[in-house]
Amino acid sequence: MTQSLWLVPLPVVVPLVAAGLALTFARRPRLQAVISVSALTIVLGVAIALLFQADGGPLVVNVGEWSAPVGIALVVDRLAALMLLVSSIVLLGVLAYSIAQGASDEANTDEKAPISVFHPTYLVLAAGVADAFISGDLFNIYVAFEIVLGASFVLITLGGTRERIRSGTIYVIVSLLSSVIFLVAIALIYGATGTLTLAQLAERLPAVDPTTQLVLQTMLLLGFGIKAAIFPLSAWLPDSYPTAPAPVTAVFAGLLTKVGIYAIIRTQMLLFPGGRLDDVLLVLAILTMLVGILGAVAQDDLKRLLSFTLVSHIGYMLFGIALASDVGLAATIFYVAHHITVQTALFLVAGLVEQRGGTTSLDRLGSLAKLSPALAIVFFVPALNLSGIPPLSGFLGKVGLLQAGIDRATPLAYAVVAAGLVTSLLTLYAIVKAWNKAFWQPAPEPLPDVRTPRSMFAAATSIVAVSVSITVFAGPLYAYAESAAADLTARSPYISSVLVNGDRGDGVSDGDASDSADASDSADGTADDAGTAGTGGEDS
Amino acid sequence: MIVTDHTPSLVLVIVVGALVATGVYLLLERSLTRVLIGIALIGNGVNLLILVMGGAAGAPPLIGSSDEPMSDPLPQALVLTAIVITLGFTAFILAMAYRSWQLTGHDEIQDDVEDRRIARRAERGELDLRSDEEGRRNAALEAAQVRDETEDDDLPTTPARDTTDEGGER
Repeated sequence: MTQSLWLVPLPVVVPLVAAGLALTFARRPRLQAVISVSALTIVLGVAIALLFQADGGPLVVNVGEWSAPVGIALVVDRLAALMLLVSSIVLLGVLAYSIAQGASDEANTDEKAPISVFHPTYLVLAAGVADAFISGDLFNIYVAFEIVLGASFVLITLGGTRERIRSGTIYVIVSLLSSVIFLVAIALIYGATGTLTLAQLAERLPAVDPTTQLVLQTMLLLGFGIKAAIFPLSAWLPDSYPTAPAPVTAVFAGLLTKVGIYAIIRTQMLLFPGGRLDDVLLVLAILTMLVGILGAVAQDDLKRLLSFTLVSHIGYMLFGIALASDVGLAATIFYVAHHITVQTALFLVAGLVEQRGGTTSLDRLGSLAKLSPALAIVFFVPALNLSGIPPLSGFLGKVGLLQAGIDRATPLAYAVVAAGLVTSLLTLYAIVKAWNKAFWQPAPEPLPDVRTPRSMFAAATSIVAVSVSITVFAGPLYAYAESAAADLTARSPYISSVLVNGDRGDGVSDGDASDSADASDSADGTADDAGTAGTGGEDS
Repeated sequence: MIVTDHTPSLVLVIVVGALVATGVYLLLERSLTRVLIGIALIGNGVNLLILVMGGAAGAPPLIGSSDEPMSDPLPQALVLTAIVITLGFTAFILAMAYRSWQLTGHDEIQDDVEDRRIARRAERGELDLRSDEEGRRNAALEAAQVRDETEDDDLPTTPARDTTDEGGER
């Protein structure tokens, strides 16, 4: 298959350009909305194209034609393409929701928040998330994280109310701390190996002293672990997410923690394949699942409850990463895709509940099933999906993970399997508790008579539909996840497609253009992997 | 040719350690302004660390400018990027501290009172949450009143907390 390499940078470039445009038209909200919707629609189209292209082997672009170890490589392999696709769907859906909400807020309340900054920031967030997925360079991943963080800081404190500033402060400081830890890890890795390109690191790290390797691996895990909200490092999340505006919480819950999980998958599989910390990760997976879900059981606010289930379900993904087998990884990748859509859908529905009932406190909500049956259905389906009721996608992902855990057949793996089952059950308990209180029981005081705008409802429903369609298309999706997992454990497709010429990528550097072009031709002819990968050769 | 000497200077290593240690200490403070200074110090420490990791200093990293061995240019580029990022975030935190001062008169980072409320209810063994309407209303009041650390002596924290407790039990 011929590869359209020019597509690769678009998921980053298009939203960034659109962000600039949207900022220019800050006074014209409608035009801003048109700009951001069309930008994210383009990204969605590109992501679909990349998904099919990446099935033929990783697409690699050397930015500015600087060859890989010198310049920055952008790599879209199966995993990155899948993440790009899911994230762009979610980003577009949440954008539609927030435009609808903005319109309704403008119409019937006096809240004049500085909405003009929302669209540019949201687009920058989209660019940062995409950059984190496609970057093939450790420092570029750091920059992508900072782009995401910068945008998320603005979004989480949108409006600058008291409560948002309070919770936003905690979020900002914890995030900055995780970035600093990541930066220290980068410095140490550079000191140990003299490179930051992931593919070259994968070749050089095995030569590093094993103890030093362990330090580097732990530092990276610490930095990403805070972002992904893995148990001892997760306390910030349920505290800071619920106060943000509903669409912002939804997109954060869906994407930001998964960016951390993605970074963990990428670095653990590519750089540290030995699996020396697997047992630690398994223990952390157990703790994350159990502590998270027990927190959810204790909550009596819908948004906080959902935030705790978010933390708890990160444990499942960690479980698959720690198993590091093909089956486990495939299930993790599928689970990530499922969880992004389902968690986003639930937070959007929580936003609808807030709109309808005036609160998300389960003490004050009630009788919603009678007042708004459609809302009840839209909540019920993703809620069951989250707790893993068959035949929904949550069940499929969990079955894959449990299968992988039983294949491992160590006492610790069985313990995680047990913890996973308990967590699933407790998720159901927490969700049913919320369902009973908000939808079935009569409200202590009659709820205000507000209508939820149709457009908001439609946007939330579409995300719910996407999460259900993951169940419908589970077959091809799971097959894709399986081949992505096989690529990850094999490692060679990624490495050989970035470093086409043995130790150098395709592209021009140091003025030896003719040399590298010649070498590239011969490499394409000889090396098997390079041949199938069919990297940047056609482009130059 | 790039300098390949990777034995770092002890002085620089100690400076990195001192900067990061001071920064971590300040990061544990309650006041956002001090936390900000802490973050800036840690940031500088880490930037220095990156520079140290680039090996010993050499001639300016420009091709053809000197026959001596060059410094490694990559850490310098990394540090430059990191400095710019830190600058942006410092400005953001300053704005947040100012906004916090505008809203509350202090820039203290507060704990989440929601957690405390749930823990307190659990201590009292209350199961039916719907009966605790009073306590919930008080949570908002408490969020406005409670300071996690007393810095003004004339603003007693403990009594304030006690009164809200009584309110919750009534």
